[in-house]
Amino acid sequence: MKMVNLTIDGKTVTVPEGTLIVNAAKKVGIDIPVFCYHPKMEPVGMCRMCLVEIGRPVIDRTTGQVVREDDGSPKMQFGPKLETACTTPVSEGMVVLGTSEKAKAGRQDIIEFLLTSHPLDCPICDKGGECPLQNLTMEFGPGESRYLYDEKMHLAKHVPLGELIYLDRERCIQCGRCVRFQDQVVDDPVIGFFQRGRSLEIVTYSEPGFDSVFSGNTTDICPVGALTTTDFRFKARPWELRSAASICTQCPVGCNIAFNTRREAVSGGKWVIKRVMPRQNEWVNEIWMCDKGRFGYHYSKSAERLTQPLVRRQGELAPATWEEALSFVAERFQQAGDGLFSIAGGRLSNEDLYNQGKLTDSLGGKKVLYGTMGGGDLTAQSGLVPGSNFSDMGKETAILVVASDLHEEAPIWWLRVKQAAERGAQLIVANPRPTRLDAYATHLVRYPYGSEAGALLAMVNTLSAKRPDLPEAVANLVRSPELKAAAKAFAEAENAVILYGSEGTGLETSTALAQSCQNLLLATGHIGRINNGLVAVWQRVNDQGAWELGWRPVANLPEAMQAARALYVAAADPAGDDPAYLAEGRLGSQEQAFLVVQDLFLTATARLADVVLPVQAWTEREGSYTSGERRVQRFYPVVPELADSYADFSVAGQIGKRLGLDMEIRLAGRTFARLASETPAFTGLSYARLAEVVEQWPIVGRGDLYYGGTTYENSQGIGVQLPLTSAGGLSWPKLVEVGMPKIGLLAVPITRLYDHGSTLLPSSMLHQRIPEPYVVLNDQDAERLKISEGAAIQLIPAEGGSWLGVRAIARLRSDVPERIVLVPRSFGLPVAGPTVVSVRLAERVLA
Amino acid sequence: MDADTGLPSQSQNGQYLLLRHRDTPSIGELEVYRRLGGFEAWQKVITSMQPGQVTDVVKTSGLRGRGGAGFPTGMKWAFIDNKNWPHYVVANADESEPGTFKDREIMEGNPFQFLEGVAICAYAIQANAAYVYLRGEFWQLAAWLDRKIAEMEAAGLLGEKLFGTDYSLHIYTHLGAGAYICGEETAMLESIEGKLGQPRLRPPFPPSYGLFGKPTVVNNVETLTNVPLIIEHGAEWYRSLGTEKSAGVKIFSLSGCVERPGNYELPLGTTFRELIFTHGGGITGDRQVKAIMAAGASSALIVANEEALDTPMDYESVPRVGAQLGSASVIVIDDSVSIPWLINKTMHFFKHESCGKCTPCREGTFWMMHLTERIVEGSATLEDVELLQDVANQVKGKCLCALGDFSTEAVLTGIERFRPDFELAVAGSAVAN
Repeated sequence: MKMVNLTIDGKTVTVPEGTLIVNAAKKVGIDIPVFCYHPKMEPVGMCRMCLVEIGRPVIDRTTGQVVREDDGSPKMQFGPKLETACTTPVSEGMVVLGTSEKAKAGRQDIIEFLLTSHPLDCPICDKGGECPLQNLTMEFGPGESRYLYDEKMHLAKHVPLGELIYLDRERCIQCGRCVRFQDQVVDDPVIGFFQRGRSLEIVTYSEPGFDSVFSGNTTDICPVGALTTTDFRFKARPWELRSAASICTQCPVGCNIAFNTRREAVSGGKWVIKRVMPRQNEWVNEIWMCDKGRFGYHYSKSAERLTQPLVRRQGELAPATWEEALSFVAERFQQAGDGLFSIAGGRLSNEDLYNQGKLTDSLGGKKVLYGTMGGGDLTAQSGLVPGSNFSDMGKETAILVVASDLHEEAPIWWLRVKQAAERGAQLIVANPRPTRLDAYATHLVRYPYGSEAGALLAMVNTLSAKRPDLPEAVANLVRSPELKAAAKAFAEAENAVILYGSEGTGLETSTALAQSCQNLLLATGHIGRINNGLVAVWQRVNDQGAWELGWRPVANLPEAMQAARALYVAAADPAGDDPAYLAEGRLGSQEQAFLVVQDLFLTATARLADVVLPVQAWTEREGSYTSGERRVQRFYPVVPELADSYADFSVAGQIGKRLGLDMEIRLAGRTFARLASETPAFTGLSYARLAEVVEQWPIVGRGDLYYGGTTYENSQGIGVQLPLTSAGGLSWPKLVEVGMPKIGLLAVPITRLYDHGSTLLPSSMLHQRIPEPYVVLNDQDAERLKISEGAAIQLIPAEGGSWLGVRAIARLRSDVPERIVLVPRSFGLPVAGPTVVSVRLAERVLA
Repeated sequence: MDADTGLPSQSQNGQYLLLRHRDTPSIGELEVYRRLGGFEAWQKVITSMQPGQVTDVVKTSGLRGRGGAGFPTGMKWAFIDNKNWPHYVVANADESEPGTFKDREIMEGNPFQFLEGVAICAYAIQANAAYVYLRGEFWQLAAWLDRKIAEMEAAGLLGEKLFGTDYSLHIYTHLGAGAYICGEETAMLESIEGKLGQPRLRPPFPPSYGLFGKPTVVNNVETLTNVPLIIEHGAEWYRSLGTEKSAGVKIFSLSGCVERPGNYELPLGTTFRELIFTHGGGITGDRQVKAIMAAGASSALIVANEEALDTPMDYESVPRVGAQLGSASVIVIDDSVSIPWLINKTMHFFKHESCGKCTPCREGTFWMMHLTERIVEGSATLEDVELLQDVANQVKGKCLCALGDFSTEAVLTGIERFRPDFELAVAGSAVAN
């Protein structure tokens, strides 16, 4: 890369060719003030705040040499006008004056102009205290106004762009950052400028308003108080807030976030969370986060939280002391011995899973990860190597996204994959139906639902001499030119990454898919190098961590549970997810196993339990999660713990202690240390190591005049990516033939971002985005079955059982394959994998 | 016709070169235009000239942009990036500058010569599509041009494989939605792309990054209307018209306090005096000429003294009296007009038309309008005049495009050159109060 030397305010700077002056300055600690420029977006030069004087050496046209003054210094030529530092790339020998009288006067002029139309309502503005307009006015603005107050234009101050984001038109300085973010960064062009001149205003043109899962980010980058979130609007002043580093728990990306809290009278003097902000991690979420993470945290402070242990007495759950409850549980676990069956959910932290696992293992019991996705052992063998970063992927990389509606499953990965594609990466999208990622794909592969593993094996087949037989459903795929081209692009790319999700898959099909993915990576030599490997788009934040610690899902949970003498269910609600557990009396009846439920809420499963143990939310404690990219990241206590409450790891540890086990019950860090000493992939890790930070670019979050947004600077840890465990090998996956049924339809599960999960529903501000339970049918099928859009339907599984208690709204789409019913997870219909069903409308069986 | 050479001459009494409908009212009919030699240049370039040769002829002719900037037309065509395809031509028919009404007359009266110019330009840069961007109020004109384009297509003058070659060209009209800023070439490109009409950052300039991000030549209607004649009669002939550095004829849109306002097609270098007094019939009534705005509302105010009146109207001479020729829309101001009143009118215009993209123009025009409003109302003081001058200087040189700077021209030159008018306005307020 060619380097360029220049001088900015007397400081010599050497930066790569093409660097903008504003960034070159920032790199040596000089803040050139900006409003419209943002380091993550293309410059537009609209606000004119970054005006500087620029001198360029005079070049003799005949000789091509720099003309020198008598003293030998290069003769400089300054332009007659100030120039914008945000749009001007550096050039050799350039001299930039940002603090000359002329430049300073220019900035004062711009500030004065902006203030003529600004309401100056800082005392009631949510941005006050972290507002660039405020800061730059203090630094550069004129001391008094020459503009007559009566000539100000007054505009609407409470304009809902959607139910999540409000616009104050008076405060808007028309920098267009929000519009450009939506257009350029996330490609949801749902807001724009309307009118012109002083009447220019931001409007939304989507229905519902501001229909984008990234909308909250616009409030971070808005350099004034024009855009605010419903969550934080008029709730607190920024300077009253404390911040604590945390990790978002809504998906496997593990976005780094910061919680802002305040101790307030209106909450009875308690510390309460006022908002969630992104925290910079250029390897994970850069400076962004999605709205599910930003607005979906409210469950942690729900009034429905359990506050004390419950023990069943005379058939009723009644409050008990911790001592009573834990001793009772320990006694029964002891009796159960190897009949202890532990079920843990992927939202538990590494420490929780470690302690619960330790307890279960020491009794010889069975550890089950609650979920329907397989392959976590393979992602540990063939995953991303430490140092990998989606931001570094471009032309030399191929990214294959298979069986995933990434925009719904993990929005930030969708964004990062999209951006890699825009930088020139080969993007192969393999999915049975169109998704939002298709628009950026260089190759599209369609396969029938249930044949995802076969489709990937078909790709391997086109590349290798050994051609194993393929299932009938995908046999013709091998001849598909699209698939061949995709396989070729994947094989020829220097680096290649596969993300596999759970679109339409259950545990068996997902396990086979993961193995096929690994085969493709091995066959093309894309393992063990930076920016190569396999990533699972898990359904929970710490599913990968659970796999690392030896937890595995089982194919048929109800059946596997039959042998259990005691059930220890943490952060999972099987009875809530599948009413069959209730109907068939598999849980909670006297002759069944002793049931302990450890959770935040009194779930459907908890209602059946013999003992219910409350726990702390992740905002009340320390811990760590392992992301889908196998990055182990710490989260910190945000608010004080509830009285007499414990974290999951401590509850498990206290049960263990009563069984005579040596377990950590107080400190998450010490638990992690034990985990690290016993788990090879975690060797050498400690909380201190996870808390290490490095300088990141762009620089954000400081009280800068060069303003990147209110995203928090990362000062509490960027986390550590785990090394690969022993290398995996080629193996022929156990393919499950999922054929079309002779009669009926095939119901397949899909993931939707705004779902009915228990960690989302308590956030009432998102309810408008969370649909009623629904299924999606092919429109032709629907016509045949006489089901109209919006009709209430029921699904009847062909293999027996009854879901008749669950109704769903039918949505009709032409891009759903024929005879397929898409069933979103968590909406009450227990479709765990491809399932043959018939559809029933009102009282009539239709298919 | 010039008796010696047989070539058309440029005089008012001779033959019109651009406003040819004034000689031949039916020239807007295809067969009439063709009978007068129309489209021979078009056929000539396609069948016998290389694209580069066409550009060279235009370059040699000395033709300069008639939209206001006076940039050499051939040079603009030669800047087109030949490594990036396809190319586009956009004819700027947004004619929005107050006092400018020449393009409309050309398109209404002599549409084929204009369209032939568009076509020749397209051939020169090997564009297969050309857009005529008309201001929204020209909707009837757009329909008229659409008919003329359809006639050309029916006659095999536009469309696929023209004159038996592989070259194809389509011309489309595109209506704006009523924004002055869309006359700025990059805002115009945004508008054609269906976006909000706001100027782009320059560089890159349209010849490298234009319509839909492709190399594009944007030329004014009048500029393009000259082109068929240059091809037909040669660059040397064209150079013989006008002055050495400002070749050719120009349509001067004369308006304001004159007896005979209207379009006057005259050689570049004609003096203000000749335009106003010989052709325009002089000042209305027995008043004296006080000021001249040579480039519409964007114009500096020229003090109409004897020296100014004798200044030739070409791109080099007008700056000597502290103004620009611009689009040559000459607004004559007589001594009955108060300069603060005039400036207030221009400020209302610029405040209304500022696109709002950059801060100084958006906020500055709004502020200046309020100040001039108070000055003409008589509720201002001399400090407000100073403030107005300050604000104008604050806007000047800091804007994203030229509109902001233009908005300050009349203000700054008005206060500087006609200060007594402001003192009177302010004093009037003292009396009124």
